Amino acid sequence: MMVQTQKQTESTPVLEVRGLTQRFGGLTAVNDFNVKLMPGELSGLIGPNGAGKTTVFNLVSGFYQPTEGQIFVDGKPTAALKPHRVTALGVARTFQNIRLWNDMTVLDNIRVAQHYQLGYGFFHAIVRSKHYRTREEQVAKEAEELLDVFDLKRYAEEMPKNLPYGTQRKLEIARALSSHPKLLLLDEPAAGLNSADAKDLIRLIRWIHETFDVTIWMIEHHMDVMMELCTQIKVIDFGETIAEGSAEHVRNHPAVMSAYLGDENI
Amino acid sequence: MKKYTFNILLVAFAIGLLFATHFRMIDGYIQIVVMTIGINIMMSTSLNLVNGNMGEFTCGHAAFMCVGAYVSSILSVICFGTKFGDPLLPAASVVVVFPLILLIGGAVAAVSSLLISIPSFKTRDDYLAIISIAVNYMIISAIENMDFVGGSRGFQGMKDTVWAMVDLFDGPWMLFWVINFTIFTVWVIRRFISSTYGKGVNAICQDEVAAEIMSVNTNKIKIINFMVAAGLAGCAGGLYAHIVGYVNPQSFNILKSTEALVMVYLGGMGSLSGAIISAIIFTGLLEVLRSQAIVDGLLSPITFMFPDWEPSAGVIKWVMIPLMLVIVMQFRPEGIMGNRELGDVFPKLKKFYRFK
Repeated sequence: MMVQTQKQTESTPVLEVRGLTQRFGGLTAVNDFNVKLMPGELSGLIGPNGAGKTTVFNLVSGFYQPTEGQIFVDGKPTAALKPHRVTALGVARTFQNIRLWNDMTVLDNIRVAQHYQLGYGFFHAIVRSKHYRTREEQVAKEAEELLDVFDLKRYAEEMPKNLPYGTQRKLEIARALSSHPKLLLLDEPAAGLNSADAKDLIRLIRWIHETFDVTIWMIEHHMDVMMELCTQIKVIDFGETIAEGSAEHVRNHPAVMSAYLGDENI
Repeated sequence: MKKYTFNILLVAFAIGLLFATHFRMIDGYIQIVVMTIGINIMMSTSLNLVNGNMGEFTCGHAAFMCVGAYVSSILSVICFGTKFGDPLLPAASVVVVFPLILLIGGAVAAVSSLLISIPSFKTRDDYLAIISIAVNYMIISAIENMDFVGGSRGFQGMKDTVWAMVDLFDGPWMLFWVINFTIFTVWVIRRFISSTYGKGVNAICQDEVAAEIMSVNTNKIKIINFMVAAGLAGCAGGLYAHIVGYVNPQSFNILKSTEALVMVYLGGMGSLSGAIISAIIFTGLLEVLRSQAIVDGLLSPITFMFPDWEPSAGVIKWVMIPLMLVIVMQFRPEGIMGNRELGDVFPKLKKFYRFK
């Protein structure tokens, strides 16, 4: 079954970020960002447009190399690792604008996301060795099970581009989970969804959090989604952390209000 | 059993062809055409792996054919020829050693593909196309300046190897090897791209960022994909050299690369069966348009109006074929097969063979 049962030691955080700073030329996109996510946590990252939220995700998933600071995934440093190595350490993510492989079937989308743990190489694929066949069977079986629990099985042979938008979002999350992550980064999962779909998404994320042994960290603009789901929320603006704490605390924080709504004296 | 119908038909066809050739039912010209079709299938399917499946744009595929042709020619002359002194190996071993020589040629060509695959980590599209043309010129110029392989005068002596095989058994040896290597090429490519491992190539084509994030080692897959493509093109080059018995760097210039490109785009990007079909059609057309009578017939309305004009088939061929590509791109930009395989177009065929 997909549900991972491995016991993580409570002491090591799934993600630890220390003093993360990213500069693009003269622009400091993220400045001295710190976070610690414990196993099983479901927390959020919010901030106005251009605050540097996606940059943080790009840094954590290895897509950018930080200018300063360290990132530890499950206690292991990710410095100088290519994104696919970071994914192998247990970080999976979705994208703000859906990035599925549109001309591959839904099933193949899920299968290819297990690429790092295939465990066979080119020559096994050519001679179709026993090792190849058993691995391929396992991968296909796991992918089908995952589609089944996500209620996507009837789309297995469809192309993602032909699916409704909400289903594509769901499929992207399923694809991210197929690489057995310890940490799931969701970059604006509710973007472009109507309120009914957003409610489904809240249920889906909560269900994932309960069913799969995974820590979830999400960026979202829909405050109602965040308030309902996240235990801990961090607010950044212009790369600086301006507030953190429970949803209630963050909502009434003066710095957050001024960041979102502007100062009174403008 | 039904699943293997296609394989059995294929083997029966190959054996039939070999027998027909052996008993002189097929003349030498048809033989050459069949062998050219085989080599073109190898070229188009292997280029399709890069340009179709991976979505990169390279147009220097003939460079790898050139490397394979020269390496296997030199090895073959050293082992069985008299050009560099006495033959190294006894003539009886030729049947075993010859395919190895072709594979070594392919392996060296695969290594030379690093010249394109390493830059491809950072560049895509137009820039990679320019790099690939540069690599094509580099390899040709390098060989033109190597005196010990004849430089721009070309290199010969490979026929000794073919004759050594004929001495053992008088049969259509080159046809035999071409058939085997063509089947080998299609077999390798089909197995590679239909495995989950090889589907990483498609993932890179469709969204490279997502592929890297979803744990596909994009750089490694790119290297492997380029190596497979170049290696198979190298084998094709080795076969070509031994069929013709003479190689010249200029026979692998940009025109040859363009031929391979035309075949891929005609057949449809990313479609293995499309690449095979278009290689057959393309080679057939080249041969048909070689005939002066047919060209005269096709152009009779124009020559009627301009009686002074006497088109020569050799020139008109290179007007007709690019024109055909322009027309295909205008009315069917995705190529003959598009992104599909034969089994998707005719679902009934799936019963006899798994195309994907």
